[in-house]
This record gives sequence, structure tokens and C-alpha cells, in this order.
Amino acid sequence: MLLKITFTQQRRVRLAQGLWLMSWLAVMSGAFIFCLGVYLKTELLRRAEVMDNTEIHVVPNILMMVGLVSIGTNWVATRVCQDSLDASRFPRWKLLLMAWFAVAVLLCCLLLAVVVLSYALQGRLEESLKVGLRNGIRFYKDTDVPGRCFQKETIDRLQMEFRCCGNNNFKDWFEVQWVSNRYLDFTSKDVKDRIRSNVDGRYLLDGVPFSCCNPASPRPCLQYHLTDNSAHYSYDYQAEELNLYSRGCRQALTDYYMEMMNSTGPGVLSVILIQMSVLVSLRYLQTAVEGATALEDPEGESVGYLLEKGVKETFEDVKANVLNILKFAQVDPSAAEGSPGAEDAEKPADNTTEKAASPTPSPAS
Amino acid sequence: MAVGKVTFTKVEREKLAEVLCLLNWISVVTGTILFGLGLFLRQGILYVPHMLITTGLAACCINFFGGKICLDCADTNKFLRWKLVMMPYIICTFFFTSCVLAGALMCYGIRSQMEESLFMGLRNAMRYYKDTDTPGRCNLKRTVDLLQIQFQCCGNTGYRDWFQIQWISSRYLDMSSSAVVDRMRSNVEGKYLMDGVPFSCCSTFSPWPCIQHHLSTSSTQDEQSRQLNLWRRGCRQALLDHYTGIMQSIGLTVLLIWLFELLVLTGVRYLQTAMENVLRLGDPESESDGWFLENSLAETAWSNFNIIKNLGKCYQVDDDPNINVPTAAAEEELPSQQVQVLVTS
Repeated sequence: MLLKITFTQQRRVRLAQGLWLMSWLAVMSGAFIFCLGVYLKTELLRRAEVMDNTEIHVVPNILMMVGLVSIGTNWVATRVCQDSLDASRFPRWKLLLMAWFAVAVLLCCLLLAVVVLSYALQGRLEESLKVGLRNGIRFYKDTDVPGRCFQKETIDRLQMEFRCCGNNNFKDWFEVQWVSNRYLDFTSKDVKDRIRSNVDGRYLLDGVPFSCCNPASPRPCLQYHLTDNSAHYSYDYQAEELNLYSRGCRQALTDYYMEMMNSTGPGVLSVILIQMSVLVSLRYLQTAVEGATALEDPEGESVGYLLEKGVKETFEDVKANVLNILKFAQVDPSAAEGSPGAEDAEKPADNTTEKAASPTPSPAS
Repeated sequence: MAVGKVTFTKVEREKLAEVLCLLNWISVVTGTILFGLGLFLRQGILYVPHMLITTGLAACCINFFGGKICLDCADTNKFLRWKLVMMPYIICTFFFTSCVLAGALMCYGIRSQMEESLFMGLRNAMRYYKDTDTPGRCNLKRTVDLLQIQFQCCGNTGYRDWFQIQWISSRYLDMSSSAVVDRMRSNVEGKYLMDGVPFSCCSTFSPWPCIQHHLSTSSTQDEQSRQLNLWRRGCRQALLDHYTGIMQSIGLTVLLIWLFELLVLTGVRYLQTAMENVLRLGDPESESDGWFLENSLAETAWSNFNIIKNLGKCYQVDDDPNINVPTAAAEEELPSQQVQVLVTS
């Protein structure tokens, strides 16, 4: 026996009561995990327009699913606790408990996987943001193209809210035409020069949209002619730090989401702990109560344990059981081949309004 | 004739006590909500947060006490402990609920006071927008910019307010340029006024890049389309609407809490009168009447008035047949002697 503990009747009662409370605590933590998943999902969906793919959504999806299953599982545990000290009602839970343990272990593994994934997917998130932001900046001017008309507003709000500018930094704006042709005066010499100065005929300028402006700057915002020191009084392009936001939006968004997922780390780990303790306590309760019912005096002492045999022997037993079930499943198809054939025969037979009395293998129509 | 008389059986009395206990606990929760609201608003919209905090705390204490009383009231023996306390408690709670009502009405009346203070505050902030090197005012630029971005507004009443003040500091103006010097000489106070606005006035809903400068002379767009480029609302209006909305929702919440407290108070009153009548009848298992007022409203008012009138004249009780009413003030000692005689005999 692995890790056995002796239980008197008094101790069994205490264990059942304590486990009942802990199971309700586990139900609450399941609800907490679900709400966490919902919160993460809504935050990711809010910025879905600047993300290229939805791979990162696997983290909140798993959290939501685990939360829901955990609520149900731990509620079942409370019912088991209530019935555990009643010798007539406890045996009906016997079969279910095996499945319950498997589900509980699976939930803990999934939660661990979530913690690992939230670190591992950081690279994918950055890639997705890079592509999404690049498209957003490229289509900034297309406020008259259906499907892209909200890009300007999205990018402006994003830059103001996260205090960032461009993809990597503000110079990304120098490489795209972000002023639409509709608002350019083509008779002006300056405009014509700029358009002729590059191969694609785009109106590129060394300026940024107003949403890049930093309100903390002591100077009113300089948006245009940023690389030209003589265009503004007492201005040095290399030394100017506060005029615009210096952070890139990709970095800002990645930091934001990573911080959110990291801060949920301790919460998830403590929920794993709670679930494991409920699992262990329920195992002890099950074995102790079963031991007590087998005694002549049900109120006497019984032994509770984690595993009946050692770890290796239990593993061999489980393997043998699983192989048996598989073999049973393999044996069945050959015997069952007759009955599916009979069903196939009945279908065309029904069409001709004749019921086949005996199973005769006939080619399917 | 009793006002609002209802007959209670023993079971009904116990049920009423249980329900009142639960409602009192719910009131404790609503009291904490009020307290939390007061803390949340501590950024100081005049004196409203303090009122909310005190009301919330008082609600918690009173209803906690009431919950304890109601829990004991189901049983006639335990009720005897609280018998003398209940009437003062009910009166206290009644005054408290009227204060809650007054507070709720105050929330609605706050608008006019806010408007004036907002106007002055915004005008000063805009005037000192450029003074980012003056200690004490260096954060005003940031504050005004963030305010205009967050509340989607520009200027005090509109974007033209910015045309009348110098919002670019002289540190960033090239005094050797003739254009700059001309502008500064063109007005009496020597300010560099321009027909431009800060970047925070730019609207994110506009489909084209923001035009901040040369707003009066812009020839590429007409007046109406220019309006779309900047936020159209003035910040005073935006802030007023925002805070009035907050105040109205707080007022509504407090009104609802007041109604709830009134309901609980009525229940406690009925429970008190029902229990007292049970004690008077002597049989704890019997039915008893509960009422709002023992006599009609007029009679109760008259008797209370008499009590208050006679508070200072304890030796001149008119309707006590055992005491002779003295005819002159000098003979006041007689009634007290007579009372003493009665006691010793």
C-alpha cells in the first residue's frame, strides 16, 4: 500500500466535512478560471484587428473549457462527500470515481499546459502582431475602401491608448503613404516633387500622424519635417526624445498581453494545488470508507491509502486492463460484421418494402 | 383606530422576523456599496463623496444592529431584552432614512454649481498650457491634452477658444523671424496668436489626416468638412455631461437604497408592535395585531405634541387625578409633597 493512513470513524467524518468544504472551494476556483479565460478572450478580441492569426486564442479557450469542466467535476465531488458516510448510498459512486480521478488529473495537466503555452506562444503573438500592424499602417489612408475604412481609427486609438508609434518605431511611418491621394493638392510643386522622388510614385514624407504625439512633451507636437532640423526652431532630430512616443506598438502590445498572462500564473498554479488536494483527499476518503464497510464493525478503524499496490504494480495492472479493453474491442468487430451487414441488407430491403428475415450479406447499393 | 392594522399568527411573526433579518443583512451589503461609491468618487466632486461615505457607514451599523434585533425578535423571551431599545431604534432609523433621501436629492441639484467651477478651471488650464517650465503649472499641458483626448472635446466652448490664447511657448518661437515678430506685434498684449489648435483636438473619427494649423485660411476643405477634423464639443460641456451622468446614476442608486430602507423600517415597526401586543395578551402562541400607528395620525400627532409641550413641566400633569393642580407658581412645592405622601402610604 502506498502512503497509508489509519482512520477512525471520527477522522473519517472530519475528512468528509473538510473535503466537502474544499470541493466547494474548488468549484469557486473553477469559476475563477472560467472568468479568467473570458477576460483574456475579450481582451484579445478587442485588438483582433491588428492581429494576423488567432493562434494565441488557444490559451483562453483552454482556460474557459477547464473552468467549466472543473465546476462540474468538483460539484460531483461535493455530492460524493455528502453520500460518503451513508453506507447505502456510497457504493453507487464506485465506478464513477475512477473516471473522476482520470478527469481531475487531466484538468491539472491542462492547466499546467496553459501556463507553459502562455510563455511558449509569445513568439507567435509577436509575429501575428507584426503582420497585423504592418497591414494596419499600410491601409491607414484607405478610409474610403470598404473593409479597411476603420483602420485609421483603429491605429489612431491604439497608438494613443498604448502610447506607441508605428510597428517598431515612428520611422515606419516614413515608408508608407499615409495621406490619401484624395487630400493631396496635385497642382502643388512640393507634392509633385515628392511623388516623383520614389519609384512607386507614392507620396512619402518624414511626418507621422497626430496619434503619435506624446502629451508629456513640454513642446507642442511636431509632426512634419521631422528629419529637417532647420524646419523648426531649436530642434535637433537626434536629441529629441519626448516629442513622439518612442515605443513601437508591437512591443507595447506584446508586453501588455505577456504581463496579463504572467499575472494569472500564480492564480492558475494555486488552482492546480487546490484540485490536487481535493483529488488526494477524495482518494483517501474513498479507500477509508470502502475499508470500513468491509469490516464487521462499520464504525471501527480502517486504513486509507493512495494506491493498493506499489506504483509499478499498479501501472502494470492498468496497462493490462487497458490492453484487455482494446482486445475486447478488437474481438467485437469480427462478430459484429454480421450485424452491420444485416443493417445494410435491411435498408435496400425496406426500399422494396421487403423485410429480410435472416442476415444475408448483399452488396450495398 | 389603528393605522394599517395587520393580524399576525405566531408562525407569521417568526417568518416576518426571519425575513427582516435577511433584509437587514442585505442592507448592510448596500451600505458597503454606498461606502465604496463614496471612496471611488473621492476625487472630490464637492462634498458628495463624504456624504456617501458617512451614509454608507451609518447604514452598515444601523442595519447590522437591526439584523441582530430581528434575529432575537422571533422569540418572545428574547424580545424582552430589546423591548425598550426598539422604539428609539425605529425613530433613529427614520431620521437616518430622511438623511439618505436628502442626500439623493442633493445629487440631482448639483449641476449649476459644477458649471461655474468647470468654466473657471478650464480657462486657467488653457491659459497656462504653454508654461511647461513653470513649477506648479508644468503638468497642465499634459492634463489638458489627455482631457481633450479622453473626453473628445476641444477648448472651453469650442475649438476657437484656442485662437485667443498663446499656447506655444516663447521658448520655441524664432524671435529673429519677421513672421513671428509681426504676429506678436499685431495684438495689444504681444501674444503669439495663431489660428491653429493643439494635436489633442484632432478627431480619430475623421477620415483624413488632421489639419491643425491655418484653420481660418484653409482652402482645400470647406467649413463643414473642417468641422469633422477636430472634436466639435467644448470641454466644459463634455465634462458637465460626464459628471452629471455620474451624479444622476448615484442619485438613483441612493434613492433605491432609501426605498429599501423604508421597507425594512416598516417591517421592523410591524414586528415591534406585534410582539408588544403578544406580551400584552400574555399568551405567546396567540395571534396579535401589528400596526403602524396605534391611533390615527391626528391623535398621535396631538399626543406627541402634548408630551413635548409638557416636557419642562413635570409637576403639572393635568390629567392625573391624584395630584392637585396648583393655582399659583409659589405653590409648586405642594404637589411634590403630596406625591411623597402617596408613596410612603
